[in-house]
Amino acid sequence: MQWESWSAFFNMGGYAFYVWLSFGLTALCVIWEVIALHNRNQAALRLIKLLAQQD
Amino acid sequence: MMSMKKIILGLGLLIALTGAALILFVTGTKYIGVHVALILIGAALARQSRYFDDNFYHNASPQAFYPTAGLLIPWFAWLAAVLVIYGLYVSFAIAPTDFQQGEAYRIIFVHVPAAWMSMVIYVAMAFWAGLGLILNARLSAMMAQALAPTGAIFTLLALVTGSLWGKPMWGTYWVWDARLTSELILLFLFLGFIALQSSIDDPRKADRAGALLALVGVVNVPIIYFSVKWWSTLHQGSSINMGAAPKMAATMFEGMIIMALAFWMYTIAVTLIRARCIILERERNSGWVKELATRESSGAKS
Repeated sequence: MQWESWSAFFNMGGYAFYVWLSFGLTALCVIWEVIALHNRNQAALRLIKLLAQQD
Repeated sequence: MMSMKKIILGLGLLIALTGAALILFVTGTKYIGVHVALILIGAALARQSRYFDDNFYHNASPQAFYPTAGLLIPWFAWLAAVLVIYGLYVSFAIAPTDFQQGEAYRIIFVHVPAAWMSMVIYVAMAFWAGLGLILNARLSAMMAQALAPTGAIFTLLALVTGSLWGKPMWGTYWVWDARLTSELILLFLFLGFIALQSSIDDPRKADRAGALLALVGVVNVPIIYFSVKWWSTLHQGSSINMGAAPKMAATMFEGMIIMALAFWMYTIAVTLIRARCIILERERNSGWVKELATRESSGAKS
């Protein structure tokens, strides 16, 4: 283990802003992409159901 | 006749055996995590080969691909989740502090995998787009379309995390260096591909126009890759060189590769999910899609 305490871990040797923002933005992109895909899938299924009902 | 089943099985076994052979004959337990990951991915791929049809061309129809992709997605999603947890553990708990850059170097564990994926995805996108153009195959074009947004996201992340790394190390968020500029061009290529395809109403025409753009833009990929060699740039050289032992600590190297493999699995999972969405959207008037949508919304999973 590299860290003496949790606060040392969060501090990242003084580079907390750069390190955590990098990882945070990456996580945010992943979460956003997964949610967006879920919504897109639901929307597509809804549309098709609507089209099928019109027949 | 080529059997898709055997190709996937062979590829899986090859990856798994490579992992095992590296442990036994090359690096021993030095990069054990990486090799175990390779064995895991290879074994999963070999196991998944049963979902494919023996007939090579049958797999290329959207109707056959849709359920196959549905079966593959959980495998890749789980592999991504396991690898990302282990990768983050190595990145933050195991990998030592860098003697020059302190803790700031830890950005490497997202920056390098994101940058690699941006290039890999572009080449894969151009490959599928080109194949779609040559064979006039809808599914290939759909795969290219499914890859583009994820490629754009990883390119943006490579640029942003790079700039967050550049600020404390170089003293600036951005320089017009060859590596940074060519990666920015890659982002514009992805965005251009997406914009071009969505601006053309006829999907088959959009596929062809997008394919041409993707194929022309592929020259940018070797430029990105070799930019640090061809020009003297501020950006540091490649982290990994073929035929040379990695210069960094074994655990740093391991963390980077595990994260790259995790991003790779994630990319496959989300691309398959998006490809399924695109199939639904584009084939919405065909009978099987209508049947499927009614079945899925009435509760049954396909």
